[in-house]
This record gives sequence, structure tokens and C-alpha cells, in this order.
Amino acid sequence: MGYPHAPHPRETTVLSKYFGDRDAIGLDGWRKRGGYVAFEKALGMTPAEIVGVVKDSGLRGRGGAGFPTGLKWSFMKPGDGKPHYLCCNADESEPGTFKDREIMRWTPHALIEGCAIGAYAIGAETAYIYIRGEFTEPLERMEAAVREARAAGVIGPNAMGTGKRVDVWVHKGAGAYICGEETALMNSLEGRRGNPRIKPPFPAVAGVFGQPTTINNVETLAAVPHILNNGAEWYKKMARADNPKSTGTKLWSVCGNIARPGNYEVEMGFPFKDFLYDLCGGPPPGRKFKAVIPGGSSVPIMNMEEAEAALMDYEGMVAKGSMLGSAGCIVIDDAQCMVKQIARLARFYAHESCAQCTQCREGTAWATKIMERIEAGEGTMADLDTLLEIGDNMTGKTICVLSDSCAVPIASGIQKWRDEFEAHIKGKRCPFRAAAAA
Amino acid sequence: MAMSKEMGGTHAESHDTHGGAEHAHGEPHEPVFVGERRKQLDELLTRYPTKMAVLLPALWMVQEDRGWVSEAGMAEVAEVLSLTPAYVKGVVTFYTMYHQHPVGKHFIQVCTTSPCNVCGAEDVVHAFLEHTKCGELGVTSEDGKFTVIEVECLGACGFATPVMINSDFIESVTPEKVPDLLSKLT
Repeated sequence: MGYPHAPHPRETTVLSKYFGDRDAIGLDGWRKRGGYVAFEKALGMTPAEIVGVVKDSGLRGRGGAGFPTGLKWSFMKPGDGKPHYLCCNADESEPGTFKDREIMRWTPHALIEGCAIGAYAIGAETAYIYIRGEFTEPLERMEAAVREARAAGVIGPNAMGTGKRVDVWVHKGAGAYICGEETALMNSLEGRRGNPRIKPPFPAVAGVFGQPTTINNVETLAAVPHILNNGAEWYKKMARADNPKSTGTKLWSVCGNIARPGNYEVEMGFPFKDFLYDLCGGPPPGRKFKAVIPGGSSVPIMNMEEAEAALMDYEGMVAKGSMLGSAGCIVIDDAQCMVKQIARLARFYAHESCAQCTQCREGTAWATKIMERIEAGEGTMADLDTLLEIGDNMTGKTICVLSDSCAVPIASGIQKWRDEFEAHIKGKRCPFRAAAAA
Repeated sequence: MAMSKEMGGTHAESHDTHGGAEHAHGEPHEPVFVGERRKQLDELLTRYPTKMAVLLPALWMVQEDRGWVSEAGMAEVAEVLSLTPAYVKGVVTFYTMYHQHPVGKHFIQVCTTSPCNVCGAEDVVHAFLEHTKCGELGVTSEDGKFTVIEVECLGACGFATPVMINSDFIESVTPEKVPDLLSKLT
């Protein structure tokens, strides 16, 4: 819907169709819009059949990693005598990303329905929706929707009157980016510090409470009812003709220096150039785009040559040197200082490091210190080499990828905007700040 | 994901510690988990296979009722969930949203992470510091009304700059809107 804007004709609104529609929030309104038909259908299928349809549809994880959802579900073995759990990752904390927030604000029952279907498909009686503590409004709406669905018997000990137990509970986080990492989320849910766990064991073997667990992103689960209602073939068709690996629609959060920030939903493979200029309205008046971080702050920064040639799916973004990630698209215009913004991102990761692994704890803080020094006009040319060396030591060496995520924008920044770094060092001040003061 | 002024970046639990020491021990503690709260806690315990899983929700209740989480509050939570106070403190210090010391009546968190930063979030911070008379991040104003901090990504990047005032989430704040926003807070 391009929320908060009117929908653009080139959008394909599946998940976002009712964003901004207050009548869609409650159970009655949601039922009028086709809600819980898919769950009813699912309860008449075997778990294996549901997993089969989801596999067929090509749906992949929307939280960042893009792992095939049906395959993930198939790792769970219903009937193994153990309690199974479904976790819904609603910790949306990746800078630039704010799509799950709108799903929960406007269509809370869509998420409950996705959770209920997912739980049934993996043989779980309980699903936990872990929502970041700062999302006060989504938390309220999700809690209210869960109460409503329970009171109506849609979920609970006798879901839809089938005698099957499907509980869905909302769990409130307390402020930690790292809890969006799947195993950190499980630790947090258990009442522990949110430190990521070493894998293996993978969640499907020993997840939350030590039991087989599947964890999916909000958007992934919200897509499932649509797939059951319309069929795998329908979903698969929303893809590039030459790339069947990315299917369906994708919500893109767009922010930063752009005319119309907001959430947009397009089919996989949409041309990024058209997206940025037509749907989102291009740069603010009098400015030019300089850089785009397409998939949340953890992915490589694209210059405009790369971005304008990219196609918006998992493979299309990789082909142009970045990643789809969480599709939180941060746009930076020519009035911004890349050194300052990359320093700010480094500071984010330093603040959010759980401090478990040395490379991350020390590396994020050290890299931030150097980045801020360069930004202040006190850097040296040797600092650039040091940054790249620290980045090397921060990549692929830790329990989770927070450390890598800090190294990535720094490395792509130095590679693509070396002139700006050198201008700070040689001129001993920030050229952007100097221009603004003049 | 609140940031203290002296971030340092070496520990996730690098909390602002202004005023912590004098409140750390010996203050009278009115139990939180009695009556209605106890019932709520007991209901929550049915949702999870372990008592420990109710730790974050229990700490939220303490903060909602008392405004912050004191050591005595942590001890009470430890008692009701059969944990040790040291364990509870270890968890509290991991998460930035639990206040380990009293804060102003209106706790103001301004997002300054990159997406908001490129849209001028730092000017919004300055406007709050000026108009609340806090002057400095993390320092409560003399009248006890306001504390202003910078916060890491609030997850509403398309609505720069989002600001949280206690549990109110306000979108698209600009420096010009700050005086009006503050005038509504009593």
C-alpha cells in the first residue's frame, strides 16, 4: 500500500492490502476479509501436506537469511514424543526495517493465523511471538488480538472446535538488538541474557526450552495463509521468469533521504531503479541519491550504479554486490557524509554487541573509535588499513554475525567512497560539515 | 536499546549509572506481587514450561509499578521465580529498557541511528535537551520531570525521527515540534 501513502499501481498488495484500514484490526473485520479460512483449511490437512504446499511455493525467510521456509519446517518431526515450539521473531531491530511493525499494527490476526498454521504444521501446541519492547503499539494490538482469538475459540485448547491445542502467546522484549538473532531470542524468551548460542545444535533439534523449535520472521508467517488460500502455483508466479529461486511478494521498508518513505510491496524481481524513482518518488528536491543500503544496515552499501542495475530479489541483490537481507532500504543523498554515517552504524553495532566474543566486543568498539576519529578530522591514512584489518578479524569468527555486520558497511564504505575518507584525513576536517558552516 | 552518554562500546550492559549508588540498598520496598499482580504472574506461569521464562515479564511489572527496577525489586522477582538475586541482576543489566535507577517522570528516547540521523535526528535531540533544560543526555532535569537519552533504532525509520516518551511512541518529530510536545506533558 506504500503505507503511509496511497498504493502505487505497480505494487502487488498481498500482505499490505489492509495497512491503514482500522476495520481490519479486529477479529470480525478480519474474518470479513477472509481471515482464518486458511487456518480452518490447514486443520483439515496433515502437517506434511501443509509443509509440502509451503515448500512448493518457494517461500523463503523474510527476516534476512532467506532460508526456504518449507524446508525449515520439514526438519521438525511431529510425533517424536517431545514438545515442539514455534517462535515468531518480531524483534524487528535492523536499522532501516519497519515492515513487521505495520503487519502487527494493522493486521495482527494475519500474524496469529500464520503462527497457528505454522505451529500445527510443525507439531507444536505453543507459539511465542517475541516482540521488541519498544514496539508499544504493536504489542498492545497483538495482545488484544490474541485475547480476542482465544475468547472466540479460534486458538486455544480446542482450536476451531477441532480438539487440537494451538496456543499463541505474546512475549515482550526489553531492549536488545541481538535478541533478533534466533538463538539469542530463545535465550531471552527463557529468561536469560540474550547471548546467541553456538550452533549446532540447531533449533530444530534443541531450540527454546531445549526442545525442537522452528523460528520464523513475522512477514514469513503472515504470508503462509495467503499461500494456503491461493495455492503454491499462484505464489510461485510472482517471480522473475529467469529466477525461480525468489518467489512471492516482498515488503520493502524505505527510509532516509527519499521523497516518499514508507512500506511498499512488490513482486520478487522488481527493477530497483523504477522502485526508487517511480514508487518512492526519487530523492528529496534539489538532491541526488548517493548510496543505498538495500537490506537493513548489515548488508554491503551500494553505489547508485549498482543499485540502479539491481533487481529486487535474493539473487538480484547478490548479483550487484549486496544482499536482500530484511529489505530495510536506507537511502543516502549527496548532502550526507558517508564517513559520518558509517561511523554512526559502527557505533550502533558497538552498542549492541552482547560482548560474548572477543572479536566482536573489541572489534566493534575499536572500529567505532577509529571511524569517529576520522570523521573528526583526526585520522591518518594508516587508519584505513587498520579498519580493513580489524574488519577481517571480525568476519566469520564469532558465534553470530553481529560482528560481520559491523565490518561490512565499513569495508564497502572504504572501497566505494575512499575519496571521502581521504578528504577527511588530508583536510583534517569533515568537508560536509565545513560546507554546511560556510 | 537505550544508549548512555558514556557508551564506550565495550559492554552491552554499559548502562548510565547516574544516581544508582544511593538507591542501591536499603530503600523500603513495597512488594509488587500481591493481589492482582500475583494473579497476573500466576497466569503467565501457565504459558511457559519453566518459571524462569516469566523473568522478563515480571521485571516489566516491577518497572510499570515502581518506575524502575531496584535491587529490592530484583530480589522480590528472584524470590517469586525461585531464582537468585545475582542471576536476576545479571539479566536486568543485559537489557537496556529496564531502569536501574530512577528516571524523570517523562523518559524521552530519541532515535539517532543512521536512517534517522540522515534526516536530522541530532537536531531533535538538541531541541529536547534545550527545551527540557536537561542540558545533558542521561541527566534528569532539576524538577525531576525529564530525562532525555539517545536510543538505537526504534524500528520506525520511515517516520524519522521517532521518539518514545515513556510508552508513547511518536512519529515524525522535528525540532520545531518539540516545544509543543513538551507543553502537553505535565
